[in-house]
Amino acid sequence: MAPALTGAFFVRGWTMDWSYIAAHVPDFLGGAWVTLSYGLIGVACSAVLGLLCSLVRVFRVPVLRALVRAYVELSRNTPLLVQLFFLYAGLPRVGVKLSAGACAVVGLTFLGGGYMAEAFRSGLEAVDRSQREAGECIGLTPLQTVRYVVLPQAFATAAPALFANMIFLIKETSMLSVVAIMDLMNVADTLRTGGGRTIEVLSMLVVAYVVILLPVSLLATFAERRMRFAGFGRQHTV
Amino acid sequence: MDTILQVRHIGKAFEHNQVLRDVSLELDEGRVLVVVGPSGCGKSTLLRCINGLEQIDSGEILLRGEVISGQRKNLHLVRQKIGMVFQSYDLFPHMRVMDNLLLGPVKALGRPKEEVRAEAERMLARVGLADKAGVYPRTLSGGQRQRVALVRAMLMQPEILLLDEITAALDPEMVSEVLNVVLDLARDGMTMVIVTHEMRFAEAVADEVVFLEDGCVVERNPPEVFFHRPETERAKRFLQSFDYAPRRRAAQPGANTAEEQSAP
Repeated sequence: MAPALTGAFFVRGWTMDWSYIAAHVPDFLGGAWVTLSYGLIGVACSAVLGLLCSLVRVFRVPVLRALVRAYVELSRNTPLLVQLFFLYAGLPRVGVKLSAGACAVVGLTFLGGGYMAEAFRSGLEAVDRSQREAGECIGLTPLQTVRYVVLPQAFATAAPALFANMIFLIKETSMLSVVAIMDLMNVADTLRTGGGRTIEVLSMLVVAYVVILLPVSLLATFAERRMRFAGFGRQHTV
Repeated sequence: MDTILQVRHIGKAFEHNQVLRDVSLELDEGRVLVVVGPSGCGKSTLLRCINGLEQIDSGEILLRGEVISGQRKNLHLVRQKIGMVFQSYDLFPHMRVMDNLLLGPVKALGRPKEEVRAEAERMLARVGLADKAGVYPRTLSGGQRQRVALVRAMLMQPEILLLDEITAALDPEMVSEVLNVVLDLARDGMTMVIVTHEMRFAEAVADEVVFLEDGCVVERNPPEVFFHRPETERAKRFLQSFDYAPRRRAAQPGANTAEEQSAP
């Protein structure tokens, strides 16, 4: 098959330009820092938003419940790219000007909140109703019951989904370049389109994401296992 | 003797199912009331209404002369005085035994942790579980879990303890280890309302027996009357359902509880 082509490929004797890579490591470190910061801020904010939304749904708070439902569907069924454009290019037309950083955080939170809400909801619904009754029967207030009895169990059940969302959200930061955030993706893109060496740049990009996300994945596995061995989340037979 | 609990003409329906029609009871301090009756007669619902897990539709419930039914706001304060233990134990699976025991007294009553811990250790020892404070509930047998659940309820120092078929999910050989704890509490003067299918236990523990059928109190008598010469036909029929006619050999004493046999 096309010997000329493959031949040409090898004959040119292509090699990785390591000095180019070495020279641009600082750029990628900067990008990685931006990616990780926005990723973690996004994860934290969406976890809080998601938890609140899931509580509203599970405890059937009137009115808010319908709003939360609408929000979850909107956030899950629109791409982050569209959400970011809306914040960055749309809102200024109606007089709301957000900085690039604010757009990034709001966008990630809007997207992640919906996913986190669903993850928390699955955890909350997996906690038997009788657990809530047992908590209230020892005189805890409904709020105390949620805090000490329901949430820890819900969290353990939801942990795998929550960690999956966390990794998903950190990867979604690669969209932030459209609002001019200098994250990893944007650093790589700027180097490449500015005449840099494509393969070297893209390889560094891949390595950078793996270096950031692999520890998160390993941490997730470790945390899940710990919870399981402690008796968390495991269906105990009655 | 002081009347601690009064239930006056309460009714409760779920959708179109009238579970309680007209139930009245009163209970003096230190007495044990046993509620028996066929499945679905409203026994469990009665207990759940007393501590506010279910709202009643009519009538009223008084604790030491104060109406506790119908309010929703400070139910947790009422429940701090009325302990309840369920058939399914409902220990908190994410907490070790000791943390299960400390949660209510420390968080709901605001008592100092160390003081409660000492008390919890004493009570665990009393029910034969001194070595189980540090384990998770799922490593315990059903009988052990239920004894922990009893200790958890007792540590709240309730004025009344409600027991809802607490041995119905247990293997037969574990029933007595739990019921002996209850008998012990009764001897100490704990005021209790007990729903049970264990007729021999009912006879042993009760100061008074209430026979409930179809949401109404059909008969109310001391155990020696109720179990040996019941006044109503319905109670007689109910008690007969626990007897089996001997076939080839004499029926074994004790093997008389059809409903326990079918329980999981």
